Amino acid sequence: MFMFGKNTVYWLAWVALTGGLVAFFLLRLFAENPEEDKTVFLPGHTSDGHYQIELACNACHTGPYADRDAMQQACEGCHGAALKEAKDDHPKSKFTDPRNADRIAVLDARYCVTCHVEHRPEITGAMGVTVPADVCYLCHADIAEDRPSHEGMAFDTCASAGCHNFHDNRALYEDFLVKHMDEAATDIEGRLLQANLRDIVEQLPDYPLDQHPLNPVDLAAQQWPAEVTVSEEITADWLASGHAASGVGCNGCHVATEDGEWLESPSHEVCASCHRGETDGFLAGRHGMRLDVEKIGQTLPAMQPASARLPMKSTAGAELSCQSCHGAHRYDTVAAPVEACLSCHDDEHSKAYEQSPHAALWLAEQQGEAEAGSGVSCASCHMPRFDRDYFWGTFTHNQVQHNQSANLRPNEKMIREVCLNCHGLPFTLDALADPQLIQNNFSTPPTVHVDSVDLARERAAPGT
Amino acid sequence: MKHLKKATLAMGLSTALVLPALVLGDVSDEAKFSPKQMTDWLHLVMSSDRTVYTRLIVNRLQNKEKVIKASEHFEDDKALVLPAQMFRFGAEMVGEQTDDFSYSLLSEWPINKQNAPRTEVEKAGLAYIAANKGENYYATEELGGTTYFTAVYADMAVAPACVSCHNDHKDTPRSDFKLGDVMGGVVIRVPL
Ligand code: HEC
Repeated sequence: MFMFGKNTVYWLAWVALTGGLVAFFLLRLFAENPEEDKTVFLPGHTSDGHYQIELACNACHTGPYADRDAMQQACEGCHGAALKEAKDDHPKSKFTDPRNADRIAVLDARYCVTCHVEHRPEITGAMGVTVPADVCYLCHADIAEDRPSHEGMAFDTCASAGCHNFHDNRALYEDFLVKHMDEAATDIEGRLLQANLRDIVEQLPDYPLDQHPLNPVDLAAQQWPAEVTVSEEITADWLASGHAASGVGCNGCHVATEDGEWLESPSHEVCASCHRGETDGFLAGRHGMRLDVEKIGQTLPAMQPASARLPMKSTAGAELSCQSCHGAHRYDTVAAPVEACLSCHDDEHSKAYEQSPHAALWLAEQQGEAEAGSGVSCASCHMPRFDRDYFWGTFTHNQVQHNQSANLRPNEKMIREVCLNCHGLPFTLDALADPQLIQNNFSTPPTVHVDSVDLARERAAPGT
Repeated sequence: MKHLKKATLAMGLSTALVLPALVLGDVSDEAKFSPKQMTDWLHLVMSSDRTVYTRLIVNRLQNKEKVIKASEHFEDDKALVLPAQMFRFGAEMVGEQTDDFSYSLLSEWPINKQNAPRTEVEKAGLAYIAANKGENYYATEELGGTTYFTAVYADMAVAPACVSCHNDHKDTPRSDFKLGDVMGGVVIRVPL
């Protein structure tokens, strides 16, 4: 017979508490609303690369029973294209070859998570790497047999001395060093790529040229709903923009859907109907990654400067969109590459920009005292134009790379697309390896020296 | 009589149902070739394509007509892809699409040290084909817990371009290759 004993109250309380906790966690985990805050499930501080999307658990953990292969697919879904682009020196295909079975037993390089474990701040190094710096040694211990110059080099210096990267060695491989070893520090004739959309727009797939032929449009031809107020500032900004000069009127952006509905604040997807490549870069990069619904599988609120891990100004604006930097209606190509950045970013490197030689060149170009492409803005290095190939090089679009990580870290990624336009390789390697120069925004000569060019020279032309 | 009719009908029906299945089954998954036949044929395709590329593209344009060079850094140097790279890029593309077989180009005298033999079968196979010109080498080996049928075929200097490029390369461990020499081997693996 059931008896109310002394412990019954405790038992009941235990049952109620356990039930309550289970319900709380289950409701959180399987909430109807995918935006439900899942912070309680985060197993630890997320890396700098992923913290913005840490609440979209499924972006990486694709399902409750997803295995390593499923997670690998998620990694490749976001990072695969960039690795291909970087001519990855350690692609997965190298390790799926059975002849390397003994190597993957030591380091399973078929999987990103072997070296990049997430949520482990105590062992996470630069670039989200969570393996010790001597990892190269596992397979390349005998390198000195092939390269006697490497005899006695410390086993953790391969990547830290500015000589090698695991994935991206486009600017570091030996023959490249040899080809560029005699270059002067600076080539004042150097110029950066200029916009060419107008020249190639006819070939650009999906550009709606039939709706917006590249002719100027005027204000008289524009229409908007009666309840919308359009200030003189707006019309003046638009008339001065590239849009008015290229056939894009009010309806081009504000009426983007089939049903003809007026959009008060067109989203990045509207921009994408003409600027697909730029928008994809934005969605892949630090400013827009939270908005890539397709990749992360849910909607997250847009990134805000206040949530950033980098120092930001207290006056920085709210949610990031295309307009945050480009300014609706004006789309000022002079303001976006410097003013927009400095209105939020407040770290030492950013603050030092305006006093730097690069800034002086930029100012001269803007004041018409120097040639187009001779100035260096924030964007020249962090969102540079690159010649994007279409159809294996049938034509190229000098597209602006809106994904900052394309040339941010390791900073050698920046060499080919950015630095070498105006600087020689030996100088560039030294400058990028000098933390003080990064701090002062390249305002003084490098005091660090990377040996790789010397080693390559010695092997190519001994004794010179 | 009645029964016979029924039986014939039943037999006819079942044949009509089963026969196509047998025929179709035949087409799709009944193993008809030995792994050796499979690798022999794969190799025939590979070595023919490789010879065509080297003779008609590289040797003709680089060595004879001197219009363009072949270079390891073909993009930076605006040059032709090396025959070995042509081969490897194909192998990598195959690797992305199937685990049913894999292949690579190796040598006992490799320019790229990653192309040196690593497994016991690779070592024995390369030594065998170099010593026994015209013969192939077949063996089974276990790698990472899977057993493979591994075939090794000689890779010959089929054009002067093979010889001159390898002999003059700064990383080559051997510079006395002649036309017709065995320069290395194609290794094809099929998991059993
Ligand atoms: C223009 C230069 C060039 C030509 C022509 C050339 N090779 Fe190579 N070959 C190379 C280079 C460089 C490598 C190393 C490529 C790699 O894996 O990075 C190589 C790799 C190889 C390998 C793999 C082992 C190694 O050395 O790394 C073999 C085998 C080989 N070549 C045989 C041939 C044959 C046979 C031909 C003619 C059909 C040929 N090569 C033509 C430059 C050349």
